Amino acid sequence: MSDTTQDGQVLTTQDGRPLKAALGRALFREKLRAFLLVAPLLIFILITFVAPIIDMLHRSVENSIVEETLPKTVVALQEWDPGSGEVPDEAVFAALYDDMVVAVDKKTHTRLGSRLNYEQSGISSLFRKTGRRIKRMDEGEPLKDQFLAADKKWGDVTTWQVLKQFSPAYTGGYFLNAFDAKLGPEGVELKPADERIYLFLFGRTLFLSIVITLSCLLLGYPIAFLLAALPLRTSNLLMILVLLPFWTSLLVRTSAWKVLLQQQGVINDFLVWINLISDSGRLVMINNQTGTIIAMTHILLPFMILPLYSVMKTISPTYVRAAKSLGANDWTAFWRVYFPQSVPGIGAGAVLVFILSIGYYITPELVGGTSGIFISNRIAYHISSSLNWGLAAALGTLLLVAVLVLFVVYDKIVGIDNVKLG
Amino acid sequence: MSALPPYASPLQRTWFYSFRFICGLIFFFLIFPIMVILPLSFNAQDFFTFTKEMLSLKPEGYSLKHYNDFFTNPDWQQALKNSFLIAPVATLLATTFGTVAAIGLSQSHVPFKPVIMAILISPMIVPLIISAAGMYFFFSYIGLQGTYVGVVLAHAALGTPFVIITVTATLVGFDRSLVRASASLGANPVTTFFKVQMPLIIPGVVSGALFAFITSFDEVVVVLFLGSAGQKTLPWQMFTGLREQISPTILAVASLMVFISIALLTVLELLRRRSERLRGVTPG
Repeated sequence: MSDTTQDGQVLTTQDGRPLKAALGRALFREKLRAFLLVAPLLIFILITFVAPIIDMLHRSVENSIVEETLPKTVVALQEWDPGSGEVPDEAVFAALYDDMVVAVDKKTHTRLGSRLNYEQSGISSLFRKTGRRIKRMDEGEPLKDQFLAADKKWGDVTTWQVLKQFSPAYTGGYFLNAFDAKLGPEGVELKPADERIYLFLFGRTLFLSIVITLSCLLLGYPIAFLLAALPLRTSNLLMILVLLPFWTSLLVRTSAWKVLLQQQGVINDFLVWINLISDSGRLVMINNQTGTIIAMTHILLPFMILPLYSVMKTISPTYVRAAKSLGANDWTAFWRVYFPQSVPGIGAGAVLVFILSIGYYITPELVGGTSGIFISNRIAYHISSSLNWGLAAALGTLLLVAVLVLFVVYDKIVGIDNVKLG
Repeated sequence: MSALPPYASPLQRTWFYSFRFICGLIFFFLIFPIMVILPLSFNAQDFFTFTKEMLSLKPEGYSLKHYNDFFTNPDWQQALKNSFLIAPVATLLATTFGTVAAIGLSQSHVPFKPVIMAILISPMIVPLIISAAGMYFFFSYIGLQGTYVGVVLAHAALGTPFVIITVTATLVGFDRSLVRASASLGANPVTTFFKVQMPLIIPGVVSGALFAFITSFDEVVVVLFLGSAGQKTLPWQMFTGLREQISPTILAVASLMVFISIALLTVLELLRRRSERLRGVTPG
């Protein structure tokens, strides 16, 4: 757009300002006003939500505890070569003595011990034992011998290797742990087979989520198809049967399944009553994977039906009629004409259900027993029971990355602005 | 599929009815678990299954004792009180912030719109366990862990995306020239907002508020981590009840909560009808 008239005169507003500047000012004001409206919520979310997530990401690599508790030892250890196979010399032990005296005074040595215990079991007791002995040590005598006398693990090279390996302020150790790996002398290696749990748990989370997504699709497709085909009055009525579970509390639905699936529950009673199973042969359907799959399919089914329905509603019935008039039978008309048009709905519903299910915590915790739990249950365990917050943060970060990647896929299929509710 | 044509072959006829039957079974699967807890909550025994007396419809098989327990047990009453203390405040915060922000976002010149939108929607996308973990670490650091304020703020954050989405959806159909008309007639922006814009977008605001309310009212993961015993909500009490000593009182609570859901669903449905009717009358 040109801001001059044909004879070269600058266009001005009524009060004589150039039009371009006036427009620019108005636009700037409008931008500012829009931004000021958004700003309160943006700040609120940044503080209450984004900051905690960033804090968690930071916590998954943060490791300043060794440096803070044993500052002199960390410096002294820089000279020491962990590959030498020899225990550090007297100077390092002297530094360790100074640090330990301070740490025992502040009672921080047990915290360090339990932190390093995640990497090598036994270090926690080593620090507690040494902490008790430190007051009786004599600064004049050789300290190395006194430490070795306090606990012979100080003479073990691996103890020092762990200490040196975790002295930097940042560590990838939690992530290695989350992948069931550790940093051995020859670099990254997998843990012994009997200590590997997380890869298996990630695998199970993925597997169960896929099974749940597929069963939601299997049950949701016919329902969405029916709802889209029926006249609006009937389908609105039937929609209530989909929306009521959607609006019912998650815990109500989980407790309903807990009641239904129990060995003394309604389903087993019914099966015994119709003589399908004997009283002694009651099915075990809860506290295992079956329980998790049934309950979560029920809970997530509306999230499959609603996007499928909204896509199917837009498919014009004339296409199927045209196919049939051209000689296609019912199946061909459905499979070749109707189904391809419903694929976007399948994509949207499946990704949504999958995203929701890999992060699920409550239902697996209540009906999953030990064989039906997800990675999120392990995260909760590390936060509230084992207190290994770094590992919890690392596992959470991995889960978060998986969900965000899936969400980008979802955004590509549906678009973030097209999310519909209810 | 909506009706069977008169010329349908026997095979088509069979398929038509068997498809309806399958759909009936799936609807049964959807609704049965919710419906079954209603009669079970009137069980006179402490069982989770139908007793012989209940099946033969004898009055002595039924009782209100589980409801009685819910209304007299101090643990449940405390939880009920907390739920109704936390959810409305969180809803109010989420709705206010969310509505204002949605109006800002709907204007045509918002800088960094996609980034802002992604940040504002993120509480809905991130799995609850991760939000809970992050908030637990961060809120204990700033001293809000185990406080009423902490739980309310967290719930408000989780509820805002729903408000943003529903209000944005109603703003799409909002005619911007009405704002200009109002301004040209001398109204200031605040008057315009309350007298012109608000009445038109109120269905979106209310349904967003309902979503925010149910998010907070149903939420258990974040409250488990962020709350202390003083902030026990109904879902928390149900969760611990289901995990430790499962008592039939849970069924009474669950039945009452089903009625709350039915009430919310009805309000939403009425709102939807109202906005559809309005959309039919107003031009463009």
